[in-house]
Amino acid sequence: MTERVPVLKIGDVLLVSIQVDLEDQIVLDLQEDLASRIVESGARGVVIDITAVEIVDSFVGRMLATTAAISRMLDAETVVVGMRPAVAITLVELGLSLGGVRTALTLEKGLNLLARPGNDRPAQR
Amino acid sequence: MSGLPPVPGTEHQTITIESNDDVVRARQLVRGLAQRCKLSLVDQTKLVTAASELARNTLVYGGGGVMRLGLVQRDGRTGVTAVFEDSGPGIPDIDQAMTDGWTSGGGLGLGLSGARRLVDDFTLETEVGSGTQIAVTKWAR
Ligand SMILES: Nc1ncnc2c1ncn2[C@@H]1O[C@H](COP(=O)(O)OP(=O)(O)OP(=O)(O)O)[C@@H](O)[C@H]1O
Ligand SMILES: [Mg+2]
Repeated sequence: MTERVPVLKIGDVLLVSIQVDLEDQIVLDLQEDLASRIVESGARGVVIDITAVEIVDSFVGRMLATTAAISRMLDAETVVVGMRPAVAITLVELGLSLGGVRTALTLEKGLNLLARPGNDRPAQR
Repeated sequence: MSGLPPVPGTEHQTITIESNDDVVRARQLVRGLAQRCKLSLVDQTKLVTAASELARNTLVYGGGGVMRLGLVQRDGRTGVTAVFEDSGPGIPDIDQAMTDGWTSGGGLGLGLSGARRLVDDFTLETEVGSGTQIAVTKWAR
């Protein structure tokens, strides 16, 4: 598997936009790529744009939660943006509420959230 | 097959689930049929998510298997059924496996229990040493 999800750097934020139906190994690779890119670049924030994602199952959900936790340990905050309403409904019914993951409705709002000083940590883990 | 009219209930597809790519393909096939069956967007999403969980279990715990997919009809309603079958180790304790949060691997233990919540009909047959078959159906409203 050579396919990888591109990670872009914009200012001190890493941006990942998921555009394809992700196979599990690509999801795991992305999680590792993000961890090393945070350290390499000293990024303070990670935005994962899932606007194009049609389903989030327990595997991808776990990746989002784990990535948020890893990046927090590496002094960066993760925001997941663009979740579709049907995806949110399904995730909650599946039993995954992603409590420790910050979300914003749009990319713009997500970037604003990261830019806001002193408000860059979620209340719970 | 070519002589048959496209009658719901007679169409079936079978794909093997032997790699991560097959799990992706299973999701795409289920979505395609759910759209044709005119399930609402939320119901499509629920069914595809359930299928993704079950296909992954078939691969990871069942050691691979097949998904059979088809339209079904009952009481004038149309639905989409997906059946996941493997000849793996089977599930020794179904109640335990269906419990939210129980996993024998490193998962979240939400796949089976969550899939059941996401669909209208859910049946599980399993025998230790011979395999597992799980069928899920979502009906168009
Ligand atoms: N096809 C199968 N064959 C054998 N055992 C299975 C099968 N499907 C599920 N199991 C067993 O049931 C348990 C629960 O499955 P479930 O999908 O709910 O959780 P998981 O796969 O462990 O984690 P998650 O799906 O949340 O990532 C599994 O850990 C496994 O032990
Ligand atoms: Mg599972």
